[in-house]
Amino acid sequence: MEFINAIIVLLNYTIIPALTYGSQLALGAIFVTLIYGILRFANFATGDMMSFGTMFAVLLTFYFQSLGINLGILPTALLTIPFAIIMMILYMLLIDKYVFSYYRIKKSPPVQLAMVSVGVMFVTQAIIRIIIGPFDRTFLDGQKFILKASEFKEMTGFSEGLTIKSTQAITIVVTIIFVSILFWFLNRTKTGTSMRAYSDNEDLALLSGIDPKRVVLITWVIAGILATIGGILYGLDKSYRPFVYFNNMLPIFAAAIVGGIGNPFGAFLGGYCIAFAEIFLTYAYKKFLSYLLPEALEPDSLMQVLSTDYKFAVSFSILVIVLLFRPTGIFKGKVI
Amino acid sequence: MAFFEGNQMTAGYDEGADIISSCTINVNKGEIVAILGPNGAGKSTAMKAMLGLLNLRSGDVTIAGKNISDLNPQDRVKRGISFVPQTRNVFAGLTVRENLEIGAFLRNDELDKIIEEIYELFPILSDKKSQTVGELSGGQRQQVALGRALMTKPSVLMLDEPTAGVSPIVMDELFNHIIKVKKTNVAIIMVEQNAKQALSISDRGYVLVTGKNKFEGSGKQLLHDPEVRRSFLGA
Repeated sequence: MEFINAIIVLLNYTIIPALTYGSQLALGAIFVTLIYGILRFANFATGDMMSFGTMFAVLLTFYFQSLGINLGILPTALLTIPFAIIMMILYMLLIDKYVFSYYRIKKSPPVQLAMVSVGVMFVTQAIIRIIIGPFDRTFLDGQKFILKASEFKEMTGFSEGLTIKSTQAITIVVTIIFVSILFWFLNRTKTGTSMRAYSDNEDLALLSGIDPKRVVLITWVIAGILATIGGILYGLDKSYRPFVYFNNMLPIFAAAIVGGIGNPFGAFLGGYCIAFAEIFLTYAYKKFLSYLLPEALEPDSLMQVLSTDYKFAVSFSILVIVLLFRPTGIFKGKVI
Repeated sequence: MAFFEGNQMTAGYDEGADIISSCTINVNKGEIVAILGPNGAGKSTAMKAMLGLLNLRSGDVTIAGKNISDLNPQDRVKRGISFVPQTRNVFAGLTVRENLEIGAFLRNDELDKIIEEIYELFPILSDKKSQTVGELSGGQRQQVALGRALMTKPSVLMLDEPTAGVSPIVMDELFNHIIKVKKTNVAIIMVEQNAKQALSISDRGYVLVTGKNKFEGSGKQLLHDPEVRRSFLGA
């Protein structure tokens, strides 16, 4: 009984939140890895592009709410995803046409493109602040919980309650569906294979008649979908604050590099690696241990390895360790 | 007039000096032509110029009598010219079959039929079709590279040192494969370091020195020409 309570505590405060957070990071990390693999630069505007897409979802959610449109128990934001994606893709294609394509055609070195993306990042941040402002906004509506602690306790009779937030379930389900479609596309379709070929060996891909413009276009379209969905899921789960997305770039890059940069499946798993590491190392295990240990041994302290303020230090350390000892990442990407 | 010709080609990289000057190479269908010469003679450059990877300063390239000097490499590929680079000539992260599929990217018809033909030509590829090319041996990779280039059903196949870095046994095997390809009525141009072996399977050969045609003739003639032997064949 005590043991099951301990497991519930762990599920409640670490495993379910880590799966949720990991899914959000995974979508961002696949974005980073695709841009790196195909357009060949580290896109520092990743976080703010996610924020940009989410901004439209927030604004449209408020608009739909004012019209009285909603999805019942599901958040209205889900309804706005297609529109937000379209806006995001348009913005990305515009940026690509007027900024990135110039350096791509000139065959600038990747580091120059990365610097250019820093510029894009600042511009994107400014646009977001002009349109929606820097404030914190909650745009989640509909039913908040799938399973409430009190309901769970009544159902099972355990003293510990298990809660599952609807945003957690939505995040995990949407991620699994979207990522499955993406991998099917990349591995099973002709266009997907041509994108992998282009990422693998650009010159030979050109000699085989692959149209680079088309590959770049499709990459931005997929990136737009990834950024928007990832951003919206994160915003629904936490709340929408434009700056937070910029901060999330560190764990996202760490996830992409841990998974082997240029390798989308690696980035997907990398997202969960980082999320679990961050949450397991910053969780206070006091309650968990109090269920397992006899009363005499119960810890007085919080039993926390690191304060939650240091969660970015965890992803940063992982990033450094991976780069030092296994620069190709766990799943063999390109060497940086 | 030959099927595929590079006439009086002069070319160099960027603003640099001419690497080849007034160099002429031609090949007919069902013929193997070897381009030989010392290091830095412009062998690969001549081939790249024929493919359009660098622009001609003078001269022209024709296929079946049509001037294609102004076309970029992709458009020349569409005209039936296929090229196997010396290095990075496969998609290492893709499977053998995917490599072949990408080779036929521009074709929408008869994909399976052409792949079957390639498997007949290179039986080993059929056994390894689901393997990642990066895991194959050097000789097998070269076969993948040849197979990929043949997927467009080219009339001209250009090979840049197809036997570089493989063992003598594998080299013989690769040359046998190249002869098999030639018998399907493809015009083959190859740059080779292994001059003796290359000449022994070639119908004709060109010896380039400092970017100019120095000797040319049938494989046998060149093999037995005393001056060629002394300067390039090391005997």
